[in-house]
Amino acid sequence: MNWGSLENFLAMGGYGLYVWGSYGVTLLCIAVELWALARRSRRAQPEQRA
Amino acid sequence: MLRALRSIVARDLRLSLRRRGDVLNHLVFFVIVVTLFPLGVGPEPNLMRIMAPGIVWVAALLAAMLSLQRLFASDYADGTLEQMLISAQPLGLIVVGKIVAHWLMSGLPLTLLAPVLGLQFDLPQQALGVLTLSLLIGTPVLSLIGAVGAALTLGVRGEGVLLALLVLPLYIPVLIFGAGGVAAMANGLGAGPHLSLLGAFLAISCVVAPWAACVALRVAYD
Amino acid sequence: MKATTLEAHADGRGNALLRFAAPQAFFPLAGKMIPWFAALAVVFAVGGLYVSFFVAPTDFQQGESYRVIFIHVPAAWMSMFLYVVMAAWAAFGLILNTRLSGMMASAIAPTGALFTFIALWTGALWGKPTWGTWWVWDARLTSELILLFLYLGFIALTTAIDDPRRAERAGAVLAIVGVINVPIIYFSVKWWNTLHQGASVSLTKAPSMAATMLAGMFLMALAAWMYSFAAALWRVRSIILERERDALWVRERGGGA
Repeated sequence: MNWGSLENFLAMGGYGLYVWGSYGVTLLCIAVELWALARRSRRAQPEQRA
Repeated sequence: MLRALRSIVARDLRLSLRRRGDVLNHLVFFVIVVTLFPLGVGPEPNLMRIMAPGIVWVAALLAAMLSLQRLFASDYADGTLEQMLISAQPLGLIVVGKIVAHWLMSGLPLTLLAPVLGLQFDLPQQALGVLTLSLLIGTPVLSLIGAVGAALTLGVRGEGVLLALLVLPLYIPVLIFGAGGVAAMANGLGAGPHLSLLGAFLAISCVVAPWAACVALRVAYD
Repeated sequence: MKATTLEAHADGRGNALLRFAAPQAFFPLAGKMIPWFAALAVVFAVGGLYVSFFVAPTDFQQGESYRVIFIHVPAAWMSMFLYVVMAAWAAFGLILNTRLSGMMASAIAPTGALFTFIALWTGALWGKPTWGTWWVWDARLTSELILLFLYLGFIALTTAIDDPRRAERAGAVLAIVGVINVPIIYFSVKWWNTLHQGASVSLTKAPSMAATMLAGMFLMALAAWMYSFAAALWRVRSIILERERDALWVRERGGGA
């Protein structure tokens, strides 16, 4: 399955909006969760010694 | 055992009858919500006939949910609930008694009122009968599941909305088959399967809900 | 409720495995496992994405739009699987009175809710080109939506109650009551003639999908699974630190990650 060119890949056979819309939002959700996890982990740490 | 159950139901009925306004408010709320839809959607008759079961059922759902506070909150506040927890009678019995009392004061009046409201939507005679029957089977389920929600959110701040957030998703299947039954009857399919599924929900929630409510109450007092 | 917590037996007398029932013992173990799960998730994801875009052929009916399957199905599987795992931890917490089980349930909920949202979102984006609508009130879609509400209800309940122990146990009751919805989602395509596709992958009969598509989907499912482990363990470490803030072993740690 080769796409020939980047344009074809992005166009995704005309369904680009739907496919990349799905993958994009999924990536965004994962990124937001990881960011939230990191933030929570930082705030949960016991206060560092001065 | 049975005497204890009767006394719990009698006590709760007496309590809610003493504050009659509270019970009537929920019925008036039910009527108002039902009359809002024709005003909002427009009085076009056959549209109303199609939407009537859904509207009545959603209004019944909301009215039942709003009155769930009465189940445990007042007893929780003045400590009688704590006495009930440590009383000789099994907690499950007390919870069932309170649920029955709640249903008598909220579910039953709604069911009796529904046919009258159905006339507002020009529902045919048969559909009115099925609507009332589905409400008769469905409203106890609302009280049972609602009791679990009420017990879980005892004394939690932001209780009202939280209770709705917990209980409404569990009400959805009851709504689907309750309103669906009347719609099926309307287009000649007969409401048999829907009503039997509602009966199944009733059976399951009769078993699960009291147990879950007892565990939730114990959790609240842990 | 007499607190016969497992921790009482865990310190030394119980067998080795039970030792990790104590949050203090589980904390470093989770710390060691997270990198492994994270690495596995990345490896599976890269492999899965490669197969789904560069190996799997174009679908004769749906053209390229079917490629959404490589996220939609794993996310949907994980949304159901994580709810059952959450309900299981919740039940353990309620029955065995172990604090760690309740923490695990609260750690899993957000990730489960996330996967449910992803499943709904990707389903809608896939439905538009194939069914012509973003959303249809179909048995499976509706019960998946109910699942999202159940997750949000669990999270709302556990955060609304201040006392953590009561929050977890109340959440546990809700999770157990709500678990009936998961089989409804799974079997909904069989019980009602729904617009949603029937199970194209089942344990009984051969899958009705091309091998490469199947491989892509399984790799992405494994990636999602590993990711869930990593996310849940990371969150449970934060929860442990928050709950045991005043415990000696936390204060001594001073600065560790």
